[in-house]
Parts: sequence; C-alpha cells; structure tokens
Amino acid sequence: MKARHKRFTFLVVGLVVLAAAAYLVFQALGNNLSYFFSPTEVAEGKAPANHVFRLGGLVEPGSLKREGEGKTVLATFMVTDNQRSVKVRYQGILPDLFAEGQGVIAQGRMGPDGVFVADEVLAKHDENYMPPEVAAALEKAHDEGVAEMAGGNKP
Amino acid sequence: MIPEIGHLALIVALVVALVQGIFPIVGAYKGYASWVAVSKPAARLQFLLLLTSFACLTWSFLQSDFSVLYVAENSNTKLPQIFKFSAVWGAHEGSLLLWALILSAWTAAVTLFGRSLSPLMMARVLGVLGLVATGFLAFLIFTSNPFERLLPAVAEGRDLNPLLQDIGLVMHPPMLYMGYVGFAIPFAFAIAAMLGGRLDAAWARWSRPWTQAAWVFLTLGIALGSWWAYYELGWGGWWFWDPVENASFMPWLAGTALMHSLAVTEKRGAFKAWTVLLAIFTFSLSLLGTFLVRSGVLTSVHAFASDPSRGLFILLFLAVVVGSSLALYAARASKVRSHVRFELVSRETALLLNNVILVVTTVSILLGTLYPLIIDALGAGKISVGPPYFNAVFIPLTIPLAILIGVGTVARWKRDSVANIWAKVRLAFVASLVFGLVFPAVAMAHFSWKAALGMVLAFWVFFTTLRVIRDHARGRGLGGLSLSQWGMALGHIGVAVFIVGITLTSLYSLEEDVRLAPGDHYGLGGYDFHFKGTTSIQGPNYQGARGEVLITRDGEPVTVLYPEKRNYLTGMPMTEAGIDAGLTRDLFVALGEPLGEDGAWAVRIYVKPYVRWIWLGALIMALGGVCSLADKRYRVLARREREALVGGVA
Repeated sequence: MKARHKRFTFLVVGLVVLAAAAYLVFQALGNNLSYFFSPTEVAEGKAPANHVFRLGGLVEPGSLKREGEGKTVLATFMVTDNQRSVKVRYQGILPDLFAEGQGVIAQGRMGPDGVFVADEVLAKHDENYMPPEVAAALEKAHDEGVAEMAGGNKP
Repeated sequence: MIPEIGHLALIVALVVALVQGIFPIVGAYKGYASWVAVSKPAARLQFLLLLTSFACLTWSFLQSDFSVLYVAENSNTKLPQIFKFSAVWGAHEGSLLLWALILSAWTAAVTLFGRSLSPLMMARVLGVLGLVATGFLAFLIFTSNPFERLLPAVAEGRDLNPLLQDIGLVMHPPMLYMGYVGFAIPFAFAIAAMLGGRLDAAWARWSRPWTQAAWVFLTLGIALGSWWAYYELGWGGWWFWDPVENASFMPWLAGTALMHSLAVTEKRGAFKAWTVLLAIFTFSLSLLGTFLVRSGVLTSVHAFASDPSRGLFILLFLAVVVGSSLALYAARASKVRSHVRFELVSRETALLLNNVILVVTTVSILLGTLYPLIIDALGAGKISVGPPYFNAVFIPLTIPLAILIGVGTVARWKRDSVANIWAKVRLAFVASLVFGLVFPAVAMAHFSWKAALGMVLAFWVFFTTLRVIRDHARGRGLGGLSLSQWGMALGHIGVAVFIVGITLTSLYSLEEDVRLAPGDHYGLGGYDFHFKGTTSIQGPNYQGARGEVLITRDGEPVTVLYPEKRNYLTGMPMTEAGIDAGLTRDLFVALGEPLGEDGAWAVRIYVKPYVRWIWLGALIMALGGVCSLADKRYRVLARREREALVGGVA
C-alpha cells in the first residue's frame, strides 16, 4: 500500500470514530438533559409537560404521607419554595437524609393529575448541606415574595 | 505544641519545594552542577518534612486534641481508634495533606529507584515535581491549613461523617490519591524530556513502570470506592456516573491509553509526540478531578461543603500547569518526529485505535461532566446530565475496544496481514460466538440479546488472550512467559471478567422496595425473604435498629442477613446493608424506614447476579499491572545503564 493511501485510510478511520462518537454524544445529551425548576416555576407552567425535569425545594412540614397498600412502598409529599408547592409521588424507599423541612431534589415528570411523579429522590450526604439549586430557588422565591408584598403595599 | 510543629514542617516543606522546583531546572539549563545537585536532597528532605507534618496531625487525632479546628470538626472521643486514624484524611484539609505527602513519597521513590537516570534528567524531573508540590503546598497553607487552632478548645468534637466510618473508606482515598498523584511522575518525565530536548525510547522506558504503578493504585482505588458505595450507601448501586466518580474515571481512561502508547513508544519508537501529550492530559485530568471534588462546583452525591476561594485557586493552578505544559509542547513537539514506519495492518494500528477510542471516551465523559457547569456559567439554566447519557456513550464505545483487544494482541508489530490475524483468531471467534450465545440461555433466568453481546465480547477477549498465552508459551511451557507478558494477559482477562460482571448485573438484577411487617415473606428471583422483625442496637457512637431476614431457596435455608439502620451522634442516619456475597449472585437487604406501629419497615431487597465480577475484574487488571511492573527487564536495563554510566565516567 502506498504511503498516501495509508495516510488516507488512517484519516478516514479516525474521522469515522470521531463522527460516531459525536453522534452518540449529541443523541445522548439531547435525551438525557434535565433542567431544574422550582415549585413557583412549575406553577407558572414553565416546566416541560412531557420531558424529565428536576424539581427542588424544601419538603413541606407535615406533608409526608404513606399511601402504599399491601407491600407497596409509596410516599407523597409537598415540595415548596415557600411561595408555591407541588405535590410529589414517589414509589420506593426515600433516602436516609430525607426529612420534612429539609432540602430535596426530585427527578421525574409531571403527571396528568398535576402530581409530580418522581423516579428518583435525592437528599444529600451531609446533613448541613443544601443543594445549590435549591438554595438559589428559595432565595429567588423569597425575593419575589418580598417584591410582591412591596408592590401590594403601594397606595 | 505538636500541631505547631506540624504547621512549621509544612511551611518549611513549601520553601524546600520551591528550592527543589527552581534550582535544579535552572541549574540544568545553565549547567551549574551545584544547583543540579540540590535536587535529590531537597526531594528527600521534603518527604521527611511532610511525613513529620502528617504524623503531627495524626497524633492530634489520636490524642483527640480538639484545640485543632480540623480535629474538632472531624473526630470525637467516642470514635473507634482506627477511624480516628482514618479521620485524618476524612475531610478537605487532611486529604490535601495526604495528597502532598503522597506526591513527596512518589518523588522520593524516584530518587531511590531512578538511579539509571542521567543526573540532568533526574534534576529536571525532580524540579518539575517540586513545582507541582509548590502549588499544592501553597494551596494547603493559604486556603486549607489543617493545623488551624480553635481557641478555646471544645470539650468534644463533632464526629467523623459516619459514611466514612468504614474500612472501605479507610483505604479508598489513599489508594485513589496514590493513583492520581502517581500520574505526576510520567507528567514530570514528559516535561523533563521536553526541557532536555531528548524524547527517545529511554524516556518511555523510564516512564512505563511509574505509569503502571500509578494505574494499579488508581484501579484499586476506584474499585474500592465502587465496592464501598455498593454496601455502604444502602442502595446497592456500584457506579452512578457521579461527577466525582467521573473525576477519578477520566484519569484512569487516559492513563490506560498512556500505558498502551508508552508501550509503542518504548518498543517501536513511534507515537512520541502523542505519548507526551497523553502524559500531560492524564495528569491534567487528575488535577481537574481534584478541582471538581474539592471546589464543590458540581452537585454531587459527594457534595463536600466547600469554599469558592479554594476552587478558584485550584482552577488557576490547573490553568498554569496545563497552559505552561502545552506551551512547552507547542514549542518542542514539532522537533519530535517518529521516523518509524508501520503498515495499516499491524499492532501499532490496533494500539493507535485503542488510544483514539479511549481518548474519545474520556472526552465524552468530560463533556457530560462539565456540561452543566458550562450551561450554568452561560446563565442558560441549571441542568444535570444523567447516568443514561454516560451509558449511552460509554457502552457503544467500549464494544470496539473489546474487539480490538483480541485483534491487537495477536497482531505483529510493524506489519501483519488480515489473513494471518484471521488464522490466529478464527477458533477464538467461533468459540466466543458459541459460548456467548449459549451462556445467557443456559445459565441465566431468560435469554437476552444484550447479555449475549456482552458475553460474546467477554469470551472473545478471554479466548484471544488464551491464544496469546499459548503462543508465548510454545516450546517453553507457561513458565517461559515473561512477567510483562503475564501482565498483559491478566490485564485483558480482567477486562473480560469485568465485562461479564457489568453485563449480567445490569441486565439481570432484581430490585424491589417493599413494605414488610414482622413475619412477612417476600419472594424474589427464586429466593424467599422472611422478615422476622427488628431489634434495637447500641454502638459506640450510634444507636439504631437491626433487622433479621431469613433467606431460603426451595425450603432450604440459604443465609440470615442482619441489615442495620444507624443513627449517629451527629444526627446523621446510616444504612448498613446485609449482604450475602457469592461468586454468581449477591443477596442484598437494606432497611429503609419504619412504617407505622406494627413494626413494619420499608425494606429494599435485591438479587444481583455476578456483581462480584466487577471488582474481581478490577483486581485481576491491577494484578496484571503489578506483574508487568515487576518484569525483570526494567531492573536489568537499569543495571546495564548504571554500569554503562560508570564505565563512561571511568
């Protein structure tokens, strides 16, 4: 084989590998990205109706209910950013650090009945740790709440 | 007093590192023999200083000296002694000190085992390592001092994170760091070789054993972490594609590529410039890993509380290291030419493809890991990239890699023919098809094409490796194989075992979360799980509940498992799973949470076939690494070169 042909073959093989990888990457990225939304954003209809997303906030105190029948383990709870709340349903065991009043991130989809169906619930390793997204969402909701109240008080 | 000694030793170590970084490199450039001679004593002194510093911190932990802030935050008088010891690297400051200590230990090892290096090369290598150490020690002293005092001292410490109170986590960080930091050595060799303008086969031969050693540690470290996550996190997963896991996996992939390309550079003198680039890339990924773990920029299950100034420091350090190395590479690489020819069908091509695939895989994982950061920095929203992304990219890229193992190991260097290779692998090809298709149909619960594909690949790697062993052993018996041939064979058999583990565990695991009251039975995968209830338990620094689950199969008792739910003094809950380990399956029971007054619990029940093979594969790979590391060729070469050097001087 001539050197020129050889180099050409190497180039083609390299490009094919790269193209295949790029195709895989973009396919996979498109299908598996999930955006973060706060309960307020969900209530405003900003969250996608038919795509996975992450919902984060605090677990509303007193809202955790066990609804499993027989041997099923099923829990519902409210996730709040102190402005709005969204009901979450999760089948399975909640993580160790899950607790009312604590930060939580649930990944899943909005169900037709307006209940968020989670396939994964995350609470963090460190009991003092608040997921940064949740902290930001709470702060934002708080700021908006303050702004609304200020607006409402105007004569 | 002891903590002050430790602190002082740390500061002196920084000064020594600076000396070690500047004098030998400048001396080698200018030709000042006395400056060059500084390098070895400086490197050894630095190791002693850091050892002193580390010993002081350890002493503070063992004595429960809560006037030291770091000790007060991470230890407790009730903590068992072994965990007081491992608590030294249980959090940020101490683990960075361990990082620095390990770097200096590797450096000291180079001064001991690198006697065949020319004095100039040695000086440059130690100089580069000194500069890296300077960066890390400055980081340690200015942003994360482990010896900071807490005055007045508190009576009792906060306790170590209970997740870390486990033997797996005693071992995992030191192993991982040995691997991470070990890649500093091939990096230093590459930079030193570029500084000296001599990128020859000798440089590759020096780098190879060090790269293999670092790779062995990293392999073991990752496997330990995965094993720990499996039994300690209580959800039975062994890999989550978490950013922090990716941070250790990326240097592993790049390091694997580096090992293979170093082999080509040493044996054939090809791929020189590429190998240098890979050495830089691998160490940069190690640094990036440290940045990702320690800065807390990513939401991760590891989510260590963090401080933005630390992240910024490491990011700047990373930029300086990568930037200056690449600048040097740009200046020197054009002069590095590999005047070695090889044909399209040859072992070189197979190894080239291996490198391309490994690097592309690494970059895809890097992209998935950093993508949320980039999007967030652009203000385009907060996103996360889930495990399906990584699986969708990683698994298809691994398939050609497994096929290549079979082809590459039988192919000849320089030039081979398709017909010749086919003649060698024909039998292995047919056998792997037959065994791979039959295995899931016979040995597993149901047939699955995905499982068949995985098993065909695993058998393919296994049989072709056997073929290579047979070829090497021809006429000499198995004893005739050199250790490095055994190393390659074991490394690849490890891959086969690993593929079996991943394939079968992913496809055939049965997982259920169920509500069980005392006396309840639950059937899964042919096993009957009989929940007898829980009793309360009291540990040294925790209390909790212990469940009893009797497992039978067809009426025959299999085992009794005692999963625990612990509440530590810090208020942190912990799940200790009950696991019955077996070569072909694990039975896994974990307590979730109590439900109601009748003593019922949410219980997690898993049957995981062949899950052990994942870690077994990693162990075999590491064993392969140890074998090729121990190959006498390195020692013989070292001796010959030493003699040649002595002869030359005399």
